[in-house]
This record gives sequence, C-alpha cells and structure tokens, in this order.
Amino acid sequence: MIPAFPVLSLRALAVWRRNFLVWRKLALPALLGNLADPMIYLFGLGYGLGALLPEIGGAPYIAFLAAGTVCASTMNTASFETLYSGFSRMHVQRTWEAIMNAPVSLDDVLAGECLWAAAKASLSGAAILAVIWALGYVAGPLALWALPAIFLTGLCFAALGLIITAISPSYDFFMYYFTLFITPMILLCGVFFPVDQLPAAVQSIATWLPLWHSVELIRPLVFGELPANPLLNIGALAAITVISFWIAVVLARRRFLK
Amino acid sequence: MEADPNAPLIVEQLVKTYEGKPAVAGLSFALRRGECLGLLGPNGAGKTTTLRCCLGLARPDSGTIRLLGEPVPERGREARARTGVVPQFDNLDPDFTAAENLLVYGRYFGLPAATIHARIPALLDFAGLSSREKSSIRALSGGMKRRLMLARALVNDPELLVLDEPTTGLDPQARRLIWDGLRKLLAEGKTILLTTHYMDEAEHLCDRLVIVDSGRIIEEGSPRALIDAHFPVSPSALRPANLEDVFLKLTGHELRD
Ligand SMILES: Nc1ncnc2c1ncn2[C@@H]1O[C@H](COP(=O)(O)OP(=O)(O)OP(=O)(O)O)[C@@H](O)[C@H]1O
Ligand SMILES: [Mg+2]
Repeated sequence: MIPAFPVLSLRALAVWRRNFLVWRKLALPALLGNLADPMIYLFGLGYGLGALLPEIGGAPYIAFLAAGTVCASTMNTASFETLYSGFSRMHVQRTWEAIMNAPVSLDDVLAGECLWAAAKASLSGAAILAVIWALGYVAGPLALWALPAIFLTGLCFAALGLIITAISPSYDFFMYYFTLFITPMILLCGVFFPVDQLPAAVQSIATWLPLWHSVELIRPLVFGELPANPLLNIGALAAITVISFWIAVVLARRRFLK
Repeated sequence: MEADPNAPLIVEQLVKTYEGKPAVAGLSFALRRGECLGLLGPNGAGKTTTLRCCLGLARPDSGTIRLLGEPVPERGREARARTGVVPQFDNLDPDFTAAENLLVYGRYFGLPAATIHARIPALLDFAGLSSREKSSIRALSGGMKRRLMLARALVNDPELLVLDEPTTGLDPQARRLIWDGLRKLLAEGKTILLTTHYMDEAEHLCDRLVIVDSGRIIEEGSPRALIDAHFPVSPSALRPANLEDVFLKLTGHELRD
C-alpha cells in the first residue's frame, strides 16, 4: 500500500513565519556568516587556482567557479537548515510537538520547514549571485532566471534533508549525510571543474544527482546562455523534491504519531 | 451509561499498544459540558497516552473518539482549534520572549495579530507573569515556564482544556493562583480534562474522577463519593479519610516500574 500523500494547508505558513521571526532577530550576522564561507572558497580557489588554469568555455576559471558556488551554497544552506536547525526544533526544543498541539498537522509542520529552508537557501544563493554580479562575473539579465532555479534547488535539498532529520537519533548522524552525499556531490556535479573531466562511468552517475541538474540550469544563465535541457533539469529537481518530501512526511509520521 | 452525543469528549473502547504491550486497554469515558474531570493513576497507567489519542496526536489501535463533535484522529486538527492543551512536558519556544511565545502560538490557530495582542495582558495575568512579558524563556524558573504553558493553552479562548499534570513544579502560592484561574474558567462554562498526581488538587478542583491502572478504569465517581464508598470509617483516628487513602487502597502501595 502506498502511504497517504501529505495533506497540506495554509497553516504551514505560520510555521514558516515562526522560523522567520527567529531568523530576523539575528538576520545580519546570519547572512554574513552564510556568505563568508563560500566567498573564501570562491576567491581562494578562484584567484589562486584560477591563475594556473586555462579558460573554461571561454570564461575565466573564477567565473566558472562562481556559478557553481551559487548552486553549492544554496544546497549547503538548505541542508544545514533542515538537518541541524531542524533537528534542534524537532527533537531538542520539542517545537514541532508544541505546534502540533495547535491545529497544525505534522504535514504542515514539515511543509513550513521545507519552505523556510528553501527561502533561507535562496537568500544565500541570491546573495552570492549579487556579489559575483557586482564583480562582473555575470553576463546579463538572463541571470535573473537563476533566481527561481535557486529556489527550486533550495526546495529539493530541504526535502532531502528532512528525510534525514526525520530518522536521525542525534546530531552525529548528519555527518554521514554530509560526507557520503553532499561532499561527493560537490565534486561530481561540476561545481569546481567540468563534469567531462571525470571518467565516463562516473559522469553518468553525476547526471542522476540533484546538484548536477541545478548546475546545468544555473551556470548557463549566469553566463548569459540558455540551459541545454531546462525541462529535464526542472522536472528532475521537482520530482526529487516531491518524492523526498513525501518520504520525509511518512517517516516523520512514524516517528511522531505512533 | 449512554453517553450524551453532544458531550465535549466521548471515548469508547480505546486501545493503544506499544511494542505489543497495552498502554491503554479498552478505556471508555465521556466528559460532561462544564465539568472538570480528573484522570488519576500511577506512573505508566496510560494517562498521557489516553490524552494524546484524544487529541489526535497518537493513533489508537482501536476504539472511537469524538472530541468536540469531531471524529479523531481524522479531524483532530479541527477539534484542536477549539481546545487548549498543556502537555506533560514543557515545550515553550526558547528563541522567544514570554509575550512572543503567546503571539507565535496564537498564529498557529490562524488568529490575527491584533486579536492575540489584545489577549496577551490577560493571559500573562492569569499565569501571574505580568512583569515577565519581555523575559526570555531561558530566564524563567521551572514553575514560571509551567504557568506560561497554561497561559499559552488559553490563547485561542478554548471551549475545552486538556491539561496533563498542569501544576507539576508549582509552589503552593502559584498552584492556588492556577486553581482559582481554572475555577473561573469552569464558571464561564468551559470544560476541563486533567491529570494530576496531587490528590488535594483532584479533590479541590475535580467534579468527577476516573482512576486508571494498567490502561483500565478501576473506579470512577466524585471525590466525595469515592471517599465515602471506600472509607465509611476513616483509616486513622486522627484525621478524616481523604482521596490519597482511596488512591492507595485501589492502586496498591507498590512502586510502578
Ligand atoms: N512512545 C512510546 N513508546 C513506547 N512506549 C510508550 C510510549 N509512550 C508511552 N509508552 C508506555 O505506555 C505506558 C503508559 O504511558 P503513559 O505515558 O501514558 O503513562 P502515564 O499514566 O501518563 O504516566 P505518568 O504518570 O508517569 O506520566 C507506559 O508503560 C509507557 O512505558
Ligand atoms: Mg503522563
């Protein structure tokens, strides 16, 4: 039997607003903290390594890396928010249980968390896009289309992160997710170097990973070109989002409503 | 006894097992509008599990539940919109102040901010926390947090209150403040279902008691009727029989593990 699909209502927005209200209290340091890490990588590798490298597809290495950093940073923010912050709300603070004593279902709580993490991730992706735009690494207004793609990337990794949160006994568990899934993905999906540098077999694995679809969508837009297969990429990200969210809800129901 | 179909809560043949062991083993009871019903029982008797099932937060193995006319768990959300809940363990939001906790909680009920803001002073007053509006949760004492939990449960002006050990951790003064507050709510026509391990609280506050052990009802009636039925003569020449005597007689003197 297929478990029931999540039933959602607008109450999810109250959960979103709760997280927003907490974030607003510390917005500026949070945003700067979110920007600092990817920027250090971008400039360190971009200038240091970039000086040794030829242009990639007619662009300097730092521009290539900048577009990849937008995707990786969006992924990281969504993952950290749903794993560490989400787990603290779910397990340590019992905030989810408190919310469910009100007329808000578990499905709504997860939807609110997912939308919130996607929004926060979009902000960090968009902030990096703005910085690299100001530095002249963005080709033109076509890059504005990267914004919805960034949001979709955020949603996708938020939904994936919620699966892990829903089954985690403790924070320690998250290390596996990062070392076995997130970090390899950064290396396989064309963030630091073009995927065609990899052996053919590995390349075909990469095309199944959500970050690859995100990079395929966003990098051309930053370079002022149209993505080669936008419908495939959007469809893949959307499908992973919906299926992951469904799984996360089923697992969370098992954890909470037993 | 045939339950009134309009009763605020009707529970019939509720069964809930955990890992093959019954936590609730066929419980039936009904709440009357405007009464305070106390669910008593030793540790592990199944009180919290019963309340969680009634609120649609745990899925029963079998049995039927109607909360404020809504079938639960199917329409638990609709029923909870008109219910105020204090769970056994505090879960205030540590990222907010006392007043912000009430505001954010009210939003979960879909209440407009203006409505909630208008209610906040009276809610803090109910909990004796008027001077603590801007205190962070981390700065409140254990008893103050418990009182804020009670205030939070009233944010939606509920018809029914479901309170799981509401006064655990309160000093005698605070307990009296809360008793007075709850009696006022009863006088306004609200209904209360509570659990407690304080027999004096049950005796003072409850119109009726249901005593459970191992997930089954072993006795029910008004505090006075139970005392009279079990102790026509006091067990001690020095004082009249009380509810604690009844509780110990019914549930034994052994500790539950
Ligand atoms: N989530 C759970 N998983 C497994 N067993 C559980 C769970 N919740 C409750 N139980 C078991 O169900 C039984 C009833 O527990 P419950 O919490 O309802 O008791 P209680 O009457 O509220 O006790 P107390 O007075 O200590 O709060 C206990 O044996 C408990 O171990
Ligand atoms: Mg309990």
